[in-house]
Amino acid sequence: MPKVKPHRTSPSLDMTPMVDLAFLLVTFFMLTTKFAPEESVVVDTPSSVSELKLPENNVITLTVDKNKRVFFGVDAKQTKIQALQRVGAKYGVNFTAAQAKEFGDLPNFGLPISQLGSYLDMAKEDRKQVNDKQPGVPLDSLNNQLVDWVLEARRANQAIFHKPTYIAIKGDGNADVPTVQKVIKVLQEKDINRFNLITDMENKPVAASR
Amino acid sequence: MAEIQQKAQSGGKGGKKRAKKMSTKIDMTPMVDLAFLLLTFFMLTTTFAKPNVMQLTMPVKKTDDVEDTKIKASQAMTILLGKDNKAYYYFGLNTPADKTVPKPEMKVTNFSANGIRQVLLTRQRQKPEPIILIKPTEDAKYKNMVDILDEMNITNQKKYALVKAPKEDLDLIKESAL
Repeated sequence: MPKVKPHRTSPSLDMTPMVDLAFLLVTFFMLTTKFAPEESVVVDTPSSVSELKLPENNVITLTVDKNKRVFFGVDAKQTKIQALQRVGAKYGVNFTAAQAKEFGDLPNFGLPISQLGSYLDMAKEDRKQVNDKQPGVPLDSLNNQLVDWVLEARRANQAIFHKPTYIAIKGDGNADVPTVQKVIKVLQEKDINRFNLITDMENKPVAASR
Repeated sequence: MAEIQQKAQSGGKGGKKRAKKMSTKIDMTPMVDLAFLLLTFFMLTTTFAKPNVMQLTMPVKKTDDVEDTKIKASQAMTILLGKDNKAYYYFGLNTPADKTVPKPEMKVTNFSANGIRQVLLTRQRQKPEPIILIKPTEDAKYKNMVDILDEMNITNQKKYALVKAPKEDLDLIKESAL
């Protein structure tokens, strides 16, 4: 009697569902996300139940990190460049065209204007090294550059896009309140009273018994 | 390779040459590789579009000729944000200079769902339309501030304000030793 050979099946897997799933996820990520701009500081925002969305453009972002530093950023490139020139003119600092172009690509920064030029001259990779050492935009009463940045960015945005700007405060959960309040206070002195606090999403609790 | 092509049996009787039967299966491994590569790429380089925001409207800057709005002691409630995620609160007003007003009783709670939220809801039921003064102290975290403003939204408070913590309130925290 001949030996009964077991029927050999080829060890192939049907990968179609896996491909389906993978591409589904790819599509999902492509549609719901946008490219993260490389910011000079990483903050972990607290969460809230607010369902309002940050507007797409005309946003001035003031980032407060946990080391009491304040970073300034505007979204539109032209606004940024124009604001740079105006603030530079006010403090007597001139920027070359190349520096202005670099600045336009920068998502945010936290430097006094006098140090901004040398920072812009650096190569992109070198900049990452010094990002941790950025001192933040000065905002004390003697040397209040933050207000100038905000006002000039607003004016530039108004001139270019004819739209008002939103001011978003992006604070780290561990940032201290005095710094945030200081930011709010210096802006309030210029009659800017409406702020957006950037938060993560959190589900609305149902336990709110009444 | 996930697939092993089985060799077609050759030899035997030299009959008609049959067209080689190809398997209809396609090796999808490279496709899966590619898909997951793209997936990882998108997961790492992107953020979810548009973060959420919370509106915060501060009162218009005070001018000298406008007096402070008077708050009735029966409506007032103060929440002080302390360190270590503590929320101190008391009802009424704290005026140590005015001896006719009894000193408010300081209580402490936290930011969980059973903490300050229940206090606010209970207060709302007892005394409709309270005016809530939120006073973050120096030690408070920004997260606490967002949390408490969030509670205002959750509990539907109509009147609340973010103010600086005065010295009297800080003394009260010290005295209460909570």
